Amino acid sequence: MKVRLIFYDILKLGLQVGSCMHEWALAEAVISAASEAADKEGLRRVTDVRIRLGELQQVEQEVLEFALSQLKTGQLKGARFKIEKVKARLKCRACGYTWVFNEKELDESMVEAIHFVPEVAHVYIKCPQCGSPDFEVVEGRGVWLLSVRGVK
Amino acid sequence: MADPRTSILDERLKGISRIIAVSGGKGGVGKSLFASTLALILAKKGFKVGLFDLDFTSPSTHTILGVGDVHPKEEKGIIPPQVHGLEYMTITYYSGNSATPLRGADVSNALIELLTIVKWGRLDYLILDMPPGIGDATLDLIRLIKRIEFLIVTSPSQLAFETVKKLASLLKGVGMPVIGVIENMKMTQSKTVRKQTEALGLVFLGEIPYDREVEGAMGRTDKLLDTAFAKKVKLSTSKILNPTVR
Repeated sequence: MKVRLIFYDILKLGLQVGSCMHEWALAEAVISAASEAADKEGLRRVTDVRIRLGELQQVEQEVLEFALSQLKTGQLKGARFKIEKVKARLKCRACGYTWVFNEKELDESMVEAIHFVPEVAHVYIKCPQCGSPDFEVVEGRGVWLLSVRGVK
Repeated sequence: MADPRTSILDERLKGISRIIAVSGGKGGVGKSLFASTLALILAKKGFKVGLFDLDFTSPSTHTILGVGDVHPKEEKGIIPPQVHGLEYMTITYYSGNSATPLRGADVSNALIELLTIVKWGRLDYLILDMPPGIGDATLDLIRLIKRIEFLIVTSPSQLAFETVKKLASLLKGVGMPVIGVIENMKMTQSKTVRKQTEALGLVFLGEIPYDREVEGAMGRTDKLLDTAFAKKVKLSTSKILNPTVR
């Protein structure tokens, strides 16, 4: 029963990725960058890849993980991908106020637009204190490759 | 900590034969109109053409083309929709017609994000409508896309040409190819821009007289392609119409 459930979960995720999901394109970038880093370090076999996901972009972690698992080949084949999420912290350049991005304050179409191009946050988000759209994303924008470890 | 996105850009653009950035030192010289018209002419010739509006803070190609309610498809990335025979990409799919106030680093990030997620597939030409000047978008393209070619548009004004000199000097300094210079909105017989272009060692592609009809063709590509402006764009770029010749 449990095996069947896992099978259907994977199938569902696969269909999600196959039918749409631009996370796949980001996963391809992560694989390419991790592979480049491994070559640079002379790693024969990569064991761990650490990735940071900023919450502003609202990347679906499960979908990204699934895409990574499907895309890893060569020296990355046995690699484990560890993903850490970081809250998106925004700082107003006009008044200095700092706040944390909360997607629940926006409607679905705005969140989706930010999901594809996080910079359009400047269209939909204003400083809660002074109303300025001129803010800085201090941290938590998108996908970062933190480290690539393995065996030489 | 590394940005993984830049690692995939060559892969994303490998199916494109020629990438042409329509640039200029100043705003208001007709870059977007020229880029859109050139893309439409190439598509009409039977080439597979993409048009990418990189003027994120002041996009206008969607108005020139009269783009309706279309959106990219999400398919392991972003697939640009077909608009008047072009594979067309613009930030307005995500920003709508709202003001998009972006600082330099944001422009850079949005550009790299879109280059990472957009899957153009096979194209004969990708035409880039550039923002004016030598700011972040230009510097990023030079840094990230080594095989890009620049086509410079200017007006007859000396103010505009002074900025062309700066752009040309930057591009020469970093070894980026310049296809040539177009003098747009010409109203006199002056040969000054032609001579100055040649003095810079660049090809003068031609002059396009100021055309009053163009404004009435905004949003109507059939009408636009029928203007004297479009005919001159076609004539002045006839030498670059071959997708394999660089």
